[in-house]
Amino acid sequence: MELFFNPFDNLLCILLGISFTVWFTLLLVFIIVPAIFGVSFGIRRLYMKTLLKVFEWATLRIERGAKEKNHHLYKPYSNGKVYLDSAPEFEMSDIFYFARRGVESIMDDEVTKRFSAEELESWNLLTRSNYNFHYISLRLTVLWGLGLLIRYGFLLPLRVTLAFTGVGLLVFLTSVIGLLPNGRMKNFLSEKVHLMCYRICVRALTAIITYHDSENKPKNGGLCVANHTSPIDVIILASDGCYAMVGQIHGGLMGVIQKSMVKACPHIWFERSEVKDRHLVAKRLSDHVEDKSKLPILIFPEGTCINNTSVMMFKKGSFEIGATVYPVAIKYDPRFGDAFWNSSKFGMVNYLLRMMSSWAIVCSVWYLPPMSREEGEDAVQFANRVKAAIARQGGLVDLLWDGGLKRAKVKDTFKEEQQKLYSKMLHNQSLN
Amino acid sequence: MGSRASTLLREEEIEEIKKETGFSHSQITRLYSRFTSLDKGENGTLSREDFQRIPELAINPLGDRIINAFFPEGEDQVNFRGFMRTLAHFRPIEDNEKNKNSSASEPLNSRTNKLLFAFRLYDLDRDDKISRDELLQVLRMMVGVNISDEQLGSIADRTIQEADTNGDNSISFNEFIKVPPVDGEQDY
Repeated sequence: MELFFNPFDNLLCILLGISFTVWFTLLLVFIIVPAIFGVSFGIRRLYMKTLLKVFEWATLRIERGAKEKNHHLYKPYSNGKVYLDSAPEFEMSDIFYFARRGVESIMDDEVTKRFSAEELESWNLLTRSNYNFHYISLRLTVLWGLGLLIRYGFLLPLRVTLAFTGVGLLVFLTSVIGLLPNGRMKNFLSEKVHLMCYRICVRALTAIITYHDSENKPKNGGLCVANHTSPIDVIILASDGCYAMVGQIHGGLMGVIQKSMVKACPHIWFERSEVKDRHLVAKRLSDHVEDKSKLPILIFPEGTCINNTSVMMFKKGSFEIGATVYPVAIKYDPRFGDAFWNSSKFGMVNYLLRMMSSWAIVCSVWYLPPMSREEGEDAVQFANRVKAAIARQGGLVDLLWDGGLKRAKVKDTFKEEQQKLYSKMLHNQSLN
Repeated sequence: MGSRASTLLREEEIEEIKKETGFSHSQITRLYSRFTSLDKGENGTLSREDFQRIPELAINPLGDRIINAFFPEGEDQVNFRGFMRTLAHFRPIEDNEKNKNSSASEPLNSRTNKLLFAFRLYDLDRDDKISRDELLQVLRMMVGVNISDEQLGSIADRTIQEADTNGDNSISFNEFIKVPPVDGEQDY
């Protein structure tokens, strides 16, 4: 019996060994080496074009199927709002206006929908984005099954391997560089290492990024400000330029990565207790910014992840320190995979798995021209100006609402403003 | 979120709601999606806190009264049927409905029912009359602290004087309906 199995075992081992080697060589040649040098074969863009054609076909099938069953598909963004001018005197019917506004906001409001994934107008063959599309044909189901197989069987293991490689290299190489004495050599190497590892991570997510206006890239001693959709934003920006990161020190794997990164070049990590102290935070940021040899700071002033359909209120803290601000707009294409991190629904690991099993992450990054605080402008106005520029460029809705409303209640001052507006109208007539 | 919404609402239920409220199939699934996204406790009903989490509603001066309109007398939870029934009042009157003779009962979004909804926003104690106090309460909600008690009182008195026809110093539903229509009503 033993004799019978031995050669078989050997053969199996040899086959496994060969396939593993071939797999890894292909990986190295087509993905890792280009990442190191920053070149691209264009494989990802070809993949993206193919996917788009498949999605178009799928959408046509769904619409045809829906028409056959006589159900009209609901398009989520068709709004038919009507506005009303109240007469200047109080009428009993004035409450109609408030009642209608109230019920409109119950049916659909501008704020709560920013904290959950954007709804798609067509289906991209992922179960997770299937809200209204029940009427599927056999061909579509087959296609979906095929997609499932490709994504989980082929793409996911590939991406996980790359992710481990990228992160592992980052930790290892930055620790090695940390041993060098401070100087130009260290900075140069640290830059190269950071870029290389982030590029590998970009490929680990199959992120297809288009950078626009690279002449406006942030320079040393500046502050880079961007809209926040997910932790992946960091990887996307850092694979095209070197930044000093700001954040809280975490435990676990994140903590290890953070500690080793700071050995190679100065990032700004805060202890949990220090985060609450706004003066301390502001001081450390301004100290860093004043040193012109240090890298530009990367900051997300919204303070929380928003679902990439809008830009919410910017916290004024980073706009008070007086540095030049380089705004950056990031817009994801939701057809290929939803990049928004809904932190109340998914933990980090779950989120990364979802990212790595989507089709791809396709996004556009616009580098906007630098802005500085003008005479007579306070931090809040400056922040709003930057926010408007980012929203305009990225095609996002510019909202005044605070992203903190994800978890907190709205302040009463807003209601008081509404009451004031209405009273002003009445005041004119009640004085008669 | 998406798959839950489509599996928990059965076709028979959708048909029943369609008959009762007049919303179309896709409007009902859409509003069900909205209902489940507001239902943070995931127990199939909405509480008052769930409504108050909508910032635009929370800053509406009449927000609390509107939320109240969804909850039946003395209850703290509203299910999807109740939710749809209240929303049905706001469905626009479609052209093909305008000339229908009322068959069994009046549709939820008829002009009378819309006016009844507005009437009930004023009439908190449900005694079918809007007293001077009730009118003052709603006025106070709408203007906040910006108008003095005296001025508010005189506005209330004038309004009741104009509308009250039987001299009982309060406004009944019939008197309320007869108030001359303003621009808002047609859009409502």
